[in-house]
Amino acid sequence: MSNLLKVSLSPHIHGKETTQKLMFGVVIALIPALLTSIFFFGYGALIVTATSVASCILFEYLIVKFIIKKPLTINDGSALVTGLLLAFNLPSNIPVFIIVIGSFVSVAVAKMTFGGLGNNPFNPALVGRVFMLISFPVQMTSWPVPAGLNTGYTDAVTGATPLAIVKEGLKNGESLSQLMTQIPTPAQMFFGQMGGSMGEIAAMALLLGFIWLLYKKIITWHIPVSILATIVAFTGILWLVNPEKYADPLFHVLAGGILLGAIYMATDYVTSPMNPKAMLIYGCGIGMLTVIIRVWGAYPEGVSFAILIMNAFVPLLNTYIKPKRFGEEVKNG
Amino acid sequence: MGHTIIITVISLSLLALLAAVILYFIAQKFKVYEDPRIDEVQALLPAANCGGCGFAGCRNFAEALVKAETFDGLNCPVGGAPVMAEAAQALGKEAPVVDPLVAVLLCNGTPEQRPRTSVYDGVPDCRIAHNLYIGETDCSYGCLGKGDCVTACTFGAIYMSKETSLPVIIDDKCVACGNCVKACPRNIIELRKKAKKDRKIYVACSNCDKGGPARRACKVACIACTKCVKVCKFDAITIENNLAYIDALKCTFCRKCATECPTGSILEINFPPKKPAPEAQNETIKVNPEV
Amino acid sequence: MIDATGFRQTAVYIDTRGDEWIDTIDRSGDINREIKLSPEEIIQKCLETGIVGLGGATFPSHVKLTVPAGKRCDLLIINGAECEPYLTSDHRLMLEKGEEILTGTTILMKALRVTKAYIGIENNKKDAIGHITKLAEGFPGITVYALKVKYPQGAEKQLIKALTKREVPSGKLPLDVNAVVHNVGTAFAVYEAVQKNKPLFERVVTITGKSVPKPGNYFVRTGTPVRFLIEAAGGIPENTGKILSGGPMMGKAVSNPDIPVVKGTSGIVLIPADESLRNEMMPCIRCAKCVMACPLHLEPYLLMTLSEKGDFERAGRERITDCMECGSCSYTCPADRPLLDYIRLGKSTVIKMARKQMIK
Repeated sequence: MSNLLKVSLSPHIHGKETTQKLMFGVVIALIPALLTSIFFFGYGALIVTATSVASCILFEYLIVKFIIKKPLTINDGSALVTGLLLAFNLPSNIPVFIIVIGSFVSVAVAKMTFGGLGNNPFNPALVGRVFMLISFPVQMTSWPVPAGLNTGYTDAVTGATPLAIVKEGLKNGESLSQLMTQIPTPAQMFFGQMGGSMGEIAAMALLLGFIWLLYKKIITWHIPVSILATIVAFTGILWLVNPEKYADPLFHVLAGGILLGAIYMATDYVTSPMNPKAMLIYGCGIGMLTVIIRVWGAYPEGVSFAILIMNAFVPLLNTYIKPKRFGEEVKNG
Repeated sequence: MGHTIIITVISLSLLALLAAVILYFIAQKFKVYEDPRIDEVQALLPAANCGGCGFAGCRNFAEALVKAETFDGLNCPVGGAPVMAEAAQALGKEAPVVDPLVAVLLCNGTPEQRPRTSVYDGVPDCRIAHNLYIGETDCSYGCLGKGDCVTACTFGAIYMSKETSLPVIIDDKCVACGNCVKACPRNIIELRKKAKKDRKIYVACSNCDKGGPARRACKVACIACTKCVKVCKFDAITIENNLAYIDALKCTFCRKCATECPTGSILEINFPPKKPAPEAQNETIKVNPEV
Repeated sequence: MIDATGFRQTAVYIDTRGDEWIDTIDRSGDINREIKLSPEEIIQKCLETGIVGLGGATFPSHVKLTVPAGKRCDLLIINGAECEPYLTSDHRLMLEKGEEILTGTTILMKALRVTKAYIGIENNKKDAIGHITKLAEGFPGITVYALKVKYPQGAEKQLIKALTKREVPSGKLPLDVNAVVHNVGTAFAVYEAVQKNKPLFERVVTITGKSVPKPGNYFVRTGTPVRFLIEAAGGIPENTGKILSGGPMMGKAVSNPDIPVVKGTSGIVLIPADESLRNEMMPCIRCAKCVMACPLHLEPYLLMTLSEKGDFERAGRERITDCMECGSCSYTCPADRPLLDYIRLGKSTVIKMARKQMIK
């Protein structure tokens, strides 16, 4: 048998890329953000991440083993990434049982019911996060204040996120210049010293990861850049119109989950469009929706909702927005 | 409280009534006339939607039956004679008698008989393998063994045998819809007339090469030696393109050809064992050198 | 005789005894730069000597040289970008037969009645670029361009795009953008045919592979069994898993090393057994790497799904027939999906369907 020549269709060589490598590439890109959140939130961050990752992998294992009864898929690393991203979307003082429920929704409901990796229409981590946000609003919006390594877990001192401060303040009729004194400076926000979910606080760490992802060609620039550009442009216009009512673009980009969402959540392979043109439209959509929810919506933060809404449009984008085929432009000339 | 409930019930009922009236008028306006007999006939059909009749589904076939003057050329292979008779009765027409058919594989190249000469590494799909090259053996006509027919069969009548790497057709389940015939890129599945006790005699080979190359590729290939043609008293066997073919309509199951065949490419199935063991199988045979 | 796919083909067996040459063939090594024939005579000569495109497609050259009425050609492109990784036959030829190639180019220019010719060479062949550029100074109208190294740079349409920014429309020929592309091998063959009166019966073949003892480029006569060739390069190594006729991206895996070298055989690549099997197929993660990789900007993931599910009509609308089977999609797929296998199936089915409709 082994002496016989093998025959297959070309190509006969294959690139070194594998699904697993891509997934672990994403994990590596998330490490700086994880370290920052451990630095600011202490044990809580570790506990939340560990619980989330462990339960995501466990649920996938159990479902594949006992319900689908197919070869195990946890090796591909996608459950690990889902777990990490889910943890990054949570406050670091959230009780363990809520994380487990969220993981279940992420993996079992949002991913495996559709057939596992590659078939889910919505980003699993975000579905889990939004489910938790709606089911456990109190626990999900009590953000521990960054206090260094030695804070406790569920008994950490909590405070509001910059976005929530601005939202509340504006509702109560305060002007932005007053509010700006209550929120961290841009430099503080850049390095992560603000209230918020574990992964979103440190813009610097997220950008480090972004550079890594681009360098390794795991993602392309289209989605993150189009989201950020839309947000900067949209909030910039609003800010120029009335700087007392609308916050400046820099604040919008640094505060909240824009960077986390744009770099890690919106670029999720499975739930993002498949060609550059559609990716740009998708990114613009996310940017617009985020700003709309933030400025006029009921929630202070809208990235998760914006991404989920745009996820729903992805099949439509894939069907109607086609890449420009080779030799197409000649048609008119 | 009671007040609210009453208002709710009344308003919802009114809404329902309104919707019902709108729906009724829409249904009236867009009504399409359909011969009620189509439904009737469709109910008689097996509802397998296999396409064996040549129509897209059972409903299309029912429409064709209702429209047709006579049933000539219209046959439901799945339901067979009883269903056609019932349909004919319902429509007041006559159903011609059509012989039931069964699919047979015109290849018997098991790994022992047909040595493997390469390993195919790719998608297990006969069409792709066929487009790519000759296949894992030196026979360019035989079964590729990737199971396209198994996928095509909606009745679960075909499975791949692990020992022979060939598909096996379960006669009782096969309804001769012809999907496997269409699916096979090498056209080596034939629908043959069903005989008593599922008896079959056929040339289980599709190799059109001359004797030498055919035999080198596969020990049980038909080498077109014409021995079977000579022995057949009923003119049921013809040779075309270096390949013998037994006409199922003329064959009387005398089994002489199978005994005569030097390579054993004529298969007899579901017959009682013969008493005198045929020696012909072990005879050494001369094959034409390659031309 | 069997061809690379293992199917039987009609063939002529030539029994060679010794080496005799007909007098009309000029076998001297002198380089003859003077072109005596008229354009029509050159085309006739190409037909008589059986010159075909030596890049791999073996399209008859005299057809390509005949510009049909209503079409205009203003540019000849000579393809010096190796069409596939691993192969070096064009590279070698340019280094050793530079002047002949340039003369051949001039002949082709004359046949096409153009005054301009570009030679595109990939950037990783600095020596060839330097060599040809220096030689080209003595040939009016010929310019050498260095190209970015990428696969598939040697494909006709990609090359035209890289050199002239013109995009050949779907289903059209390079002539529709007023260009004609010939391989350096073809230019050399044309030189030999026109100046030396030598028919095309031998070509440069690369023999390579990690385990081949003496990899290199050989002048091989067509009809030589591949087995002889490998023996000349040191024999078939023990651990050979696959023998490819052509390059690793588009070449055919052969089931039998006794097949002959034909005019389109640009290389023989031996792949060791441990690299010859594909990895296990995983579910598509929709990473869009195949879309990004496709040189024709198609959507391989979609085309694969469509042919797998049998929706060939839609596959046709998504321009599956534009696919040139370069293999970039399957190469890049992190989930090891056999994209090209299914695209090929779909492509052939769509072409068959289109033919049937034409007949109707």
